[in-house]
Amino acid sequence: MIQGIDYAAIAPPLLCAVAAVLVLLADAFDVPRRWLGAVTCLFLGGALVAVGVLAAGDRRATFCVPSGLRGGGPRSCSYVADDFTLLFQGLVLAAAIIVVLLSLRTIVEDDLPAGEYHFLLLSAIVGALALVAARDLVTLVVALETLSLPVFALVGLRRRDGAAAEAALKLFLVSVVSTAVMLFGISLLYGVTGAMHLDRLSAGLRSVPSDLKPVAAVGAVLVLAGFAFKVAAVPFHFWAPDVYQGAPLPVAAFLSVVSKAAGFAGLAIIAGLGMPSLGHVWGPVIAVLAAATMTLGNLMALRQRTAIRLLAWSSVAQSGYMLAPLAVGERRLPEAVAATVAYVALYAVMNLGAFAVVVGVQKAGSPHVPLDGFRGLARRDPVSGTALAFFLICLAGLPPGVMGLFAKVVVFRAAVAGNVTWLAVVMAVNTVLGLYYYLAWAARVFAASASDEGTTRPGLAVRAAIAATGAGALVLSVAPQLVLSAVAAAT
Amino acid sequence: MMAIPACAALALLVPRARFLPDDASLGRFGILVSGATLLVGLSAVTAFDFSDASRAQLSVNRTWESSIGLRFHLGVDGISLPLVVLTALLTFLCFVYTYRHPPAGGRLRLLTALLLVLEIGMLGTFVALDLILFFVFFEVVLLPMFAVILIWGGADRRAAATKFILYTLLGSGLLLAGMLLIAVNAGTLDMTELARRHGAGVSHGVQIAGFLLMMLGFGVKAPMWPLHTWLPDAHTEAPTVGSVLLAGVLLKMGTYGLVRIAVPSAPDGARSCATALGLLAVIGIVYGALACLAQTDLKRMIAYSSVGHMGFVLLGIATLTPVGLNAALFGNIAHGLITGLLFFLAGSIKDRYGTGDLARIGGGMLGTAPRLASFLTFASVASLGLPGLAGFWGEMLALLGAYKPDAGLSRPAFVTFMAFGGIGAVLTAAYFLRLLSKITHGRPRADAAEAAAVAAPTVYEYAAWVPLVALTLLVGLWPKTLLAVTSEPVRALFGGLG
Repeated sequence: MIQGIDYAAIAPPLLCAVAAVLVLLADAFDVPRRWLGAVTCLFLGGALVAVGVLAAGDRRATFCVPSGLRGGGPRSCSYVADDFTLLFQGLVLAAAIIVVLLSLRTIVEDDLPAGEYHFLLLSAIVGALALVAARDLVTLVVALETLSLPVFALVGLRRRDGAAAEAALKLFLVSVVSTAVMLFGISLLYGVTGAMHLDRLSAGLRSVPSDLKPVAAVGAVLVLAGFAFKVAAVPFHFWAPDVYQGAPLPVAAFLSVVSKAAGFAGLAIIAGLGMPSLGHVWGPVIAVLAAATMTLGNLMALRQRTAIRLLAWSSVAQSGYMLAPLAVGERRLPEAVAATVAYVALYAVMNLGAFAVVVGVQKAGSPHVPLDGFRGLARRDPVSGTALAFFLICLAGLPPGVMGLFAKVVVFRAAVAGNVTWLAVVMAVNTVLGLYYYLAWAARVFAASASDEGTTRPGLAVRAAIAATGAGALVLSVAPQLVLSAVAAAT
Repeated sequence: MMAIPACAALALLVPRARFLPDDASLGRFGILVSGATLLVGLSAVTAFDFSDASRAQLSVNRTWESSIGLRFHLGVDGISLPLVVLTALLTFLCFVYTYRHPPAGGRLRLLTALLLVLEIGMLGTFVALDLILFFVFFEVVLLPMFAVILIWGGADRRAAATKFILYTLLGSGLLLAGMLLIAVNAGTLDMTELARRHGAGVSHGVQIAGFLLMMLGFGVKAPMWPLHTWLPDAHTEAPTVGSVLLAGVLLKMGTYGLVRIAVPSAPDGARSCATALGLLAVIGIVYGALACLAQTDLKRMIAYSSVGHMGFVLLGIATLTPVGLNAALFGNIAHGLITGLLFFLAGSIKDRYGTGDLARIGGGMLGTAPRLASFLTFASVASLGLPGLAGFWGEMLALLGAYKPDAGLSRPAFVTFMAFGGIGAVLTAAYFLRLLSKITHGRPRADAAEAAAVAAPTVYEYAAWVPLVALTLLVGLWPKTLLAVTSEPVRALFGGLG
């Protein structure tokens, strides 16, 4: 029996896959490096347009169980392009375009193989796009691996750098272990319910015999552990700082935004669609993970002296805030998922912006910029300096960075609404910790410069990236309801 | 109907455009804009229907974000109106003062912009009728004030500014959790709606938790002992205009929030926590007074006196009676006027003598700088609560309220609080008299040549001081002007408690 495939629904990942092959082939035929970036951007833009067209149309689903085999169960589909999926696909693609823009100069300066770089990046993006659309456990795992595998290579792409190799190995080992743990969890869930599709899994978990309940609970927690690695939640976080430091900066940006967004999407999908009835099990687990993640991330970020490590630890801490709404368990789950999604979307804009400025300031071949290297940036390069300060204040969540404030408000609200007020109090304390280092950094930007050494001017592509994220941050600070409404409609 | 203060706030966004070439025109521009805001505020007073002061008037109410029930809801009633006018007035006076006495550190354009943003935040806080909107405005003031302290402050400004922002942000976080806890359980974010329901439908435990979180959150801002430690540093290091706005308006945001949000939306929680709040308030009063006696720096002393005065305000709130809340609102305004004046004077003294140290200023100011000294005497006497001046009524009514607290509260405890509050008032008198005896009276310092060079106040200083003196007299001699406006909405707040 041959299954029909709805090619329109899978257009975004398909376009990226085609682009990946094209780029690899083009590189083999010695096409100039600049063109590769342009082709990549073009296809990502095309995929973004496809997402927009799909969003205007109806909900599409493909790879469904044929009606003859359904046996009275729900219409289980493995790939669903609903509003939630499209929102995340749009987010991933937009962020990916920014990452490609940031990469152009890094590729030249670090002498990275351009063809492979773009190929790997596109492959990882295909994985992310498929992950957010996946609605069965196998597709989820395959997509997750498609997202992870190219990233190992990307991290290690700076071949003459020992730190990069170490980072890649570390990422690889932690990733493999967490995948194994997750697969074990999936096998337990499958054993208990006999279902792989999330809608069937959800129905099956509601009618689990009581002696199998502990097994299902263990399975659920193990599956979550796999995603906890992806989003760098404590205790699966310790790859993050070293990998961010060892990897090329745009790859670090990719990890902290695209990869993380996909990880949260997967988490929301599996928790919200697959096992809502086990909310009393995974809710408290996530609550503890969130509290530990934000506290440890913030405490470690306080001690960092280089920009990239600070961003690494702060992005661990931000993962904690994003996890927090999911701690509510089954109660008010749609609201909680909306809060997480809103935070992820707003965070993507501000964090990419901060990365863009750091990429612009970083000199080729020199060690990572210490925080003191940002002294006087506002005088040397007013646009980047002001933009960086604005992004940091957004991340800290203070006006005029209203978007960050609203991100925090929705997260607080979801946590309080789900009766985990203690987590809200932990978040309140953490906000203060976070403010301290963000503000200290932002203050350095405006401080008098210690030395008059000229900084490297960020190139055109990086400037475009800064401008795009800066404009996004400004618009969302004036009208945060754009994201909030879209998210509320999609979940 | 559009809210007039909202228009003013929007108008204030304009000056960021870089079109003013030099400092003088910049200063004039600041005066002009803040003066216009003041006029708008005053016209709001004339447009305000005083016979119906408990209703939110001049309001604008639009849907902002429907998915979380957020509304853009602004308006003024009898509780917020005086504070709105006070804010507009103090900001205006700050600009007048800055015009001739810019703080050391230059960058006047930035200062003007920051002060205007600060004003937007302060006005917004007082007119917001939606919890989230209130919170946004509440946060808007943080960064400008941080920058004002950091850039134009004294020697230890960095530490002071950091301490200020970290403390207040911690308060904000707790406040947000508390507000959302109540709002989510009550199912609305609208402050008028919350106040109308008097906590109906919110369980007792949730009310206690919510009130406690809000009490801590507002308590940092107010400041409530033992969360006050950011205040002396921030006040001492901030430039004159910073101190004036900090003491005159920012502290009020804490107590205003308690009256406006915490007490009406969680009355049960308020009743359970009131004794604790009263205790902390009284400790604040006595502690502030004792700390003042030990200070050698003028600004630091005034800062600690704020802790004591705000203690009276908090005590008034803790009684949960109409008398007490009226006292709190009255005390807010009085403290804003008097302490604003005191900080202006302290700034002028510091400019002239180059130091705020009481010993180095020496005595005999009435001889060397008679006008300055007279103003200082007036402000000190007003601050220590001389009958007939503004400071008296707030303290007296607060103590009166404590004598007869809400029926649900322990009367012996509050009578004890009252007694200690009275002792605090006496101590307040003691330290202000000590201040006066040290610098206005007595012998000038030996190097009289230098002392003789003390300049007389300038026109701009007079312009900043005289309105405050006049209002202190007006409100003190005729307290009904203020009480008439506040008492009706306060009674409305107590629909559920009385």
